[in-house]
Amino acid sequence: MIGAGMTLFRRRLQETGKELCYEAARMALDSAGLTLADVDAVVSGSAPDAFDGVHMKGEYLLDGAGGYRKPYVRVFTGGGTGVFSTIAGWWHVASGLADVVLVVNEEKMSSCQPHAQSVFAHIWDPILDRPLQPNLVWIFAMEMNRYMTVHGVKKEDIALVAVKNKRNAVDHPCAQLADPKITVEDVLKSEVMAWPVQRLDISPPSDGASAVVLASDEVIRKRRIKDRAWISGVGWCIDSTMWTDRDLYFPQYVARAAKMAYKMAKIGDPRREIDFAEPYDPFDYKELHHLEGLLLAKKGEAPKLTREGVTQRDGDLPACPSGGLMGVGNPIAATMGQKIGELFWQLTGQAGKRQIPHEVRTGVSNGWGDLMQYGSVVVMRA
Amino acid sequence: MRVGIVGVGMTAFRSSTPEYSWKELMYEAASRAYADAGVDPRTQVDSFLTCAEDYYEGFGIFDEFVPDQIGAALRPTCTVSGDGLHGLANAFMQIQTGLIDVAVVEAHSKASDITTLAGVVEHGLDPIWNKPLGGHPYIVAGLEADAYLRSTRTPARSLGAVVSKNRRNGLRNPHAAYGADVDPAQPLASEERFSPLRALDISAPADGAIVLVVASERAARRLRADPVWIRGVGWASDSPSLETRDRAAATYARLAAQMAYRLAKIRAPAREIDLAEVDDRFSYKELQHLEALGLARAGEAGRRALNGDFSIDGRLPVNASGGSLGCGNVFEATGLHRAAEVVLQLRGDAGSRQVDGANVGLAQSWRFVPSASGAVAVLGVGK
Amino acid sequence: MTARISKWPGKELHADDLYQAKVTQVRFRPDAKYAWSAGEAMSRFLEELQQGRLVARTCRRCKRVLFPPRMFCEECFRPTDGWTYIRDTGTIETFSVSYLDRDARRIAQPILVGVVSLDGASPMMGMMHYFAEMTPDQIRIGMRVKAVWRPPAERRGSVLDIAYFRPLREGEA
Repeated sequence: MIGAGMTLFRRRLQETGKELCYEAARMALDSAGLTLADVDAVVSGSAPDAFDGVHMKGEYLLDGAGGYRKPYVRVFTGGGTGVFSTIAGWWHVASGLADVVLVVNEEKMSSCQPHAQSVFAHIWDPILDRPLQPNLVWIFAMEMNRYMTVHGVKKEDIALVAVKNKRNAVDHPCAQLADPKITVEDVLKSEVMAWPVQRLDISPPSDGASAVVLASDEVIRKRRIKDRAWISGVGWCIDSTMWTDRDLYFPQYVARAAKMAYKMAKIGDPRREIDFAEPYDPFDYKELHHLEGLLLAKKGEAPKLTREGVTQRDGDLPACPSGGLMGVGNPIAATMGQKIGELFWQLTGQAGKRQIPHEVRTGVSNGWGDLMQYGSVVVMRA
Repeated sequence: MRVGIVGVGMTAFRSSTPEYSWKELMYEAASRAYADAGVDPRTQVDSFLTCAEDYYEGFGIFDEFVPDQIGAALRPTCTVSGDGLHGLANAFMQIQTGLIDVAVVEAHSKASDITTLAGVVEHGLDPIWNKPLGGHPYIVAGLEADAYLRSTRTPARSLGAVVSKNRRNGLRNPHAAYGADVDPAQPLASEERFSPLRALDISAPADGAIVLVVASERAARRLRADPVWIRGVGWASDSPSLETRDRAAATYARLAAQMAYRLAKIRAPAREIDLAEVDDRFSYKELQHLEALGLARAGEAGRRALNGDFSIDGRLPVNASGGSLGCGNVFEATGLHRAAEVVLQLRGDAGSRQVDGANVGLAQSWRFVPSASGAVAVLGVGK
Repeated sequence: MTARISKWPGKELHADDLYQAKVTQVRFRPDAKYAWSAGEAMSRFLEELQQGRLVARTCRRCKRVLFPPRMFCEECFRPTDGWTYIRDTGTIETFSVSYLDRDARRIAQPILVGVVSLDGASPMMGMMHYFAEMTPDQIRIGMRVKAVWRPPAERRGSVLDIAYFRPLREGEA
């Protein structure tokens, strides 16, 4: 990876989806010192078309994403897209078919009226789930409750993640939800949405875009590109659609994706060999759930690591040094900016005020999506 | 490293399939493909790719609903928001990385579940420049057809030749939904719809599912004595803007073919390609695509169609399967269907629509109205 | 990145900008309607619900009783073998106390909802449904529950033919 860029993440941005793509792509190319002419192929990542309000929205966005008259393809794996599109970009290069690939992720949730929530009515099975008129938050609430009950996790421990990430986000220039003063009490006092989920446990909808530039090692050598980080491992996995048949306390599919990525990266002991992580955190408890899914903590152990400060930026295993989705915002696929972008910026020493104070050489990130089903994992090295 | 197709599974295409859910349709195609390839998807497949669009399916995240019926539960799976050939191209790349040995590509249409098809297609139009104009989205195809016919001076009756050939070819294809003995004069006499396109110029929607099993050379040889090799793939997108794209020529197909030919080391496609399965969702598209693919010179495809060049026993058999006009419009599954047909042809398994002595075949697709995107795959047998 | 870049793209809007048309905008309502064929498994499932019964499919290879029923076993990847009825009693595996309705509007009386694993099906096999005749303080994971069916005349072949699950009482099977 030789470049990255992202727009501000806000509840509503004026730019159209095409313009958001353009801004992020432009930044990424500029940061890599390349132009669109250098790009062999473009991969787009974007989640529900219904947000932007255009069927086949990958087609609609492609000119803004730099896909004009190029091999262009969109991939879409629900919330896993934020990390998965980088994997698709990776195979474009690693296959030998492309030397330089631009990956552009975008989401414009504000287009959807009256509220982006309404789209989530359509992710449920029409026969089994929809008649019950479920709200998206129910998914998280049910998973969170199961996780808390099986391991005896208290809300206080989960709230620590919201506090950490929203405070970390103060140092992120694009952050929508940074809060330097937030406390555990604020989270615990916030409005109950669907118990055990409370308002400050959640990252609200956002508009935004992010982009990364991938290049073969030949291009990196020839152009003597210094700011680069390597994709050492990729993994992805989907679980059965029948989510009511699964025990939600542990994301098996994230663990499988992680194992696939660690195998490729030749990582035998993730807890020791991974220096920092950007687990997917659309809700605070998800960071804990995913740290365990990423095999960075034993089942039920992640809350303890958090309590002990291990996952703070200056801790032994910083998690979400970017501020995560909780702090920076959640424009679904565009979260590539904090998940993959952050790995790149940390590993190349470009994370500014967010830079982890000790040396980091190996980082991992995961995306998560669908009906508590999808895990996408990327390991990167300096 | 070469990549081969070792399994094909297709359901019959039908105008509607009320007794099946889309899951059951996918399951049938997958079962057939795995039986054909002799693979157990639970243990011998490394990656699954499905090709789907939410609005064709009616779901907010269709990806959720794909794994169980193709054997992908707790396996690496992804959804490509593209045509089946985009999926095939990505499977090809996955295998070429060395990470994946065997990949499965799936695509289907359950268009009969969509009660407002025109509304769904219309929803793909640009929200600022085109949607406010209203009107049926196929007007876009009409405008393009008009531009193509006039700029190439293609006589309208060549469209009748295309429709007749493909509907009649459909009669030879047990999978086809719309095989019929349409004679070349009938399309021109059919009701005008989106001028210059008439009723019979437009392929009708159909339900159907296709699954292909794709493997690295090493795995392919273990599984089949006669894999069909993917010699080249290519895909490209012209501008999504109706106002600024090439309307007369299918530039996306030309660019996609260039890429595929380069990989396949094909220098003179008109001579080296034995048969072609190209997108004919609207009759004029077959001609427009043939010219873009370099299989006919600019402006000549119409005349050659009238001469019978593209019939099953012609100089260059095009859409021996019956194409979309004969088989039905299966939306994002179109390209995968065409690739499957080429595989059957190259294996010598194409029954009464068999093209004799075919060694190299081309499959091409377009992502339908209002896109200007498409993909190409060049397949071959033998060394 | 932070050090080198001073301008971050993106012009923030506020709700009023949209709702009071202070920014140029276009509005469109898509015409996208669907009627999905339920298929064999779900059709039978719905018919049985109308009869006040829960039906499952069996897979002889992995020996599971699959609920919701499906014509193929996703583990073994083979057609499932037969139909079998399961009980309408079960165990709460997880739940939520929701103060939000489907459109994220606040409601005063919370909805109790969650997943109930059903007796007779393989472990953890269940469905999402409402819980009632219990308070938010009483509901807990592990509670034993039983379906409350709507009167036969009101059933339409839907998961809503069950009104909700209530706590299993003393002496009930």
